[in-house]
Amino acid sequence: MDALKLHYDVDGEDFSAAGEASSNVKKVLRQLGFPQEAIRRTAICMYEGEINVVIHAGGGFADVTVEPERITIVLTDHGPGIPDVEKAMSEGWSTAPTKVRELGFGAGMGLPNMKRYSDEFRIDTTVGVGTTVTMTVNVTQGQ
Amino acid sequence: MRVRDIKEILEAELLCGEELLDTEVLSACGSDLMSDVLAFVKEQSLLLTGLVNPQVVRTADMMDMRCIVFVRGKRPDEGTLALARDRGIAVMSTGLRMYSACGKLYAAGLASEV
Repeated sequence: MDALKLHYDVDGEDFSAAGEASSNVKKVLRQLGFPQEAIRRTAICMYEGEINVVIHAGGGFADVTVEPERITIVLTDHGPGIPDVEKAMSEGWSTAPTKVRELGFGAGMGLPNMKRYSDEFRIDTTVGVGTTVTMTVNVTQGQ
Repeated sequence: MRVRDIKEILEAELLCGEELLDTEVLSACGSDLMSDVLAFVKEQSLLLTGLVNPQVVRTADMMDMRCIVFVRGKRPDEGTLALARDRGIAVMSTGLRMYSACGKLYAAGLASEV
């Protein structure tokens, strides 16, 4: 199978639509017959990423590359950037407003969850320019 | 335990997912924080929550959960229910509070994990 590339716009205005892209990726992976564990890890990583892009950056893009051995998710935004990545990565640290917390997110779990469920995780960020998060989920067959 | 047993134990009203009443539920998770639900991947098939918005359905969908119970008499709006229908997730509402709802299910033999 050649690498399958999927591209999504993540709408920053509509919180209720956040997760639409992740849901679609999940559906595609299921149709392609990927193991459930890899599908779920991909879905969670991308979903938390999508929520972050909506909450913190006012929208962005998600690019997913699907290969038999791995799934790569790249989330790109032109938001404010992350001044202190180490702090942002610690569980419980969040700059999300109360409104977001009331929706069940913004508790400082997003980035740690993304790291937890991906095999490779990288943040490239510049304050005032934006952030790119790259995650790879390795596919182990037979799960 | 089946979805219909949960409905009975919690004296809940089924809002969608009639066709899922005989679906087997092996374990459950109760939380108002969706990131916490996402943080602990297990084979949980039931989500109890007091949070009412479409992200609850999306979270359940990402986790392959088959049933959502809204506690404290909360009811989702039509858009949220439509999303649940589309994803094949049963939704019900119980007047019980979170602690009581979880306690009743646990006492009836529903584990927190498989």
